[in-house]
Amino acid sequence: MRLSDRARTLPESGIRKFFELAEARDDVISLGVGEPDFSAPWTARTAAIDSLERGKTSYTANRGMAALRERVADHHERYDQSYEPESEILVTTGASEAVDLAFRALVDPGDTVAVHEPTYISYGPGIELAGGEQLTVPTRAADDFALTREALEAAGAAEADLLVCCYPNNPTGATMTGEQLAEVAAFCRDEDLRVVADEIYAALTYGTDHASIATQPGMRERTVVVNGFSKAYAMTGLRLGYALGPTDAIDAMNRIHQYTMLSAPTTPQYAAIEALDRCDDEVTEMVEEYDRRRRLVVSRFNEMGLDTFEPGGAFYAFPECGGDDEAFAEALLEAEGVAVVPGSVFGTGGEGHLRVSYATSMRELKEATDRVAAFVEGR
Amino acid sequence: MDAEREVLDVLARNAREDIDDIAAQTGLDAAAVADAIDALESNRVVHGYQAVIDWDRVDEGKIRAVVEINVELDRETGYEQVADRIAKFPAVDALHLVSGDYDFAVEVLGENMQDVSEFISEQVAPMPAVTQTVTHYIMETYKDGGIRFEDGDGDDRLSVSP
Repeated sequence: MRLSDRARTLPESGIRKFFELAEARDDVISLGVGEPDFSAPWTARTAAIDSLERGKTSYTANRGMAALRERVADHHERYDQSYEPESEILVTTGASEAVDLAFRALVDPGDTVAVHEPTYISYGPGIELAGGEQLTVPTRAADDFALTREALEAAGAAEADLLVCCYPNNPTGATMTGEQLAEVAAFCRDEDLRVVADEIYAALTYGTDHASIATQPGMRERTVVVNGFSKAYAMTGLRLGYALGPTDAIDAMNRIHQYTMLSAPTTPQYAAIEALDRCDDEVTEMVEEYDRRRRLVVSRFNEMGLDTFEPGGAFYAFPECGGDDEAFAEALLEAEGVAVVPGSVFGTGGEGHLRVSYATSMRELKEATDRVAAFVEGR
Repeated sequence: MDAEREVLDVLARNAREDIDDIAAQTGLDAAAVADAIDALESNRVVHGYQAVIDWDRVDEGKIRAVVEINVELDRETGYEQVADRIAKFPAVDALHLVSGDYDFAVEVLGENMQDVSEFISEQVAPMPAVTQTVTHYIMETYKDGGIRFEDGDGDDRLSVSP
C-alpha cells in the first residue's frame, strides 16, 4: 500500500534495537524498563473490576468523568497548581495523548519547538507530526542535566515558539528546583515562549518536592501541564493521563480529542478515582522503595568507576560510561546479560551515558550491578 | 526519618540485607548502620531474625494452629502471669492478648494435628486460669509476614521500553 510521506519518513525509535537484542536472550536482567515493577494498588484495581461488574462500559464525557477531574484538581494543589475541573482539565488516553494533543493544538506548520535533550523520545516525532520543527537544546552533565537560560540562549531558543520541559526527567532522573525553573520561566516570558510541561514523574521525587514551571509568575497562562497515573500509581497499561492548562488551550485540545479519541477509556477512570481517594500511602511506600534502590544503584555505579550524579526524581540513574555508549550497552548485554539503554537514544547530550532503570527488585538490582561491575573490571 | 527507623524499614522487608547494602540504600555510613542495629537489638525493638517459611512445601513439615484461650483471673493471677506460663512452652510460636470474645490468641506449631491437640488438651487446658480453648488448624496459608505464598507470574513487562 502507498504510505504517506509523513509515515514513511518517521524514524524508527532507537530503543527498538535494544528491545530486540534483549528479547533475543532469555537470561537477561533488564535495567532498561521504563515502567514501574509494581502493580497498580489493589484497591484501584478492585474499583476497575467493580465498575465492570456494574456494567460501566459506556463512553464518559469528552473531558473525562467530572468526579475524576474534581479529584485531579484537588490532588494538584499539593504542587501549588490550581485548575478548574470544568474548564481547565482534560482526561486523556495516557499522558502520551495529552502531549500529542498539546502539540496539535499549539503548533502551526513551520513553528519551532525547543526540546531539551537528552529526553523522552516521543516529543520529536510528535512535533513533526504536528508540522513543527524541533530545535534541540542540549543540557549538560556539568549542570546535572538541568535546563539553564544559558543553554536556551546558546541553542537559539529565543526564536522558538514553544518549549517542551520534562522534569523529573526521563532518562536522566534530573529534577529542577523552583530557583532553576525561575530562570527558564523568565526566558520564556522574555522571548514569548509557551510551554508544554511533561510532569509525569512529579510524584516520584526524593528528598525534595516537585516544582512545576507552571507555578512560576506569569507561566500558568502560557503552560500546558501533562501528568497521569502511569508512573505514580503503576498504571501504565491502563493508559490514563490528563492535561491541565488555561481554558483556551484545554478547549482546543478537547476539540481535537473529541474527534480522535472521544473519551479516555472508562474502566481506568474508575481506578483513578479510587487511586486518588485512597492510595496515597501505597504511593509513599513505592517512593520509599524506589529511593532505597536509587541510593544503592547510584553508590554501586560510582564505586565501579562509572560517575553517576544523584538523580532527584523518576526511577532512572544516568551513569557515564565514556565513549561509545551504544557499543558499551551492546557489549554489556552480550557479556553479562544486563540490558541498559544507551544514553544517545535520548538525543544530544546523552552520548557517553547509560540509562539505568531501578524499577526492578532489589535482588535483581544487586545481581545486575554485580555483573556490570565484573564487566567494567574486565574491560 | 532517623537512622534507626530507616534501618528498621529495610530489615522489615529483608532481614538478610548486609550492613554495606543497608548503608547504600539509606545513605548512612556502615558504622552508623551497625550502631542502629545494635541499638534496635539492645532496646528490644528487634527481637530476632527469622525466615518466612511455607511449611506445606517442606517434607515432614509442620502444622500450625491458632488457639483461642479464655481465662479467669483472680487476685494473684493477672494476664501477665498466665501469658508467662503459656509462652514458656516451646510449641507456642506466638502469643497475643486480644480484644473481643476471648483473651489470648496463641499460634501453636506442631509436627501434626495430634501433636497440637495433645499439647492443648494436656498442657494448656488444665491450667487453673484457663476456662476454655478453641483450636483452629490452619489449612492453607496464602500470605505470611507480608509475603504472598504463590509461584508468581513473573515479570511480563517489555524488557526494554522508553
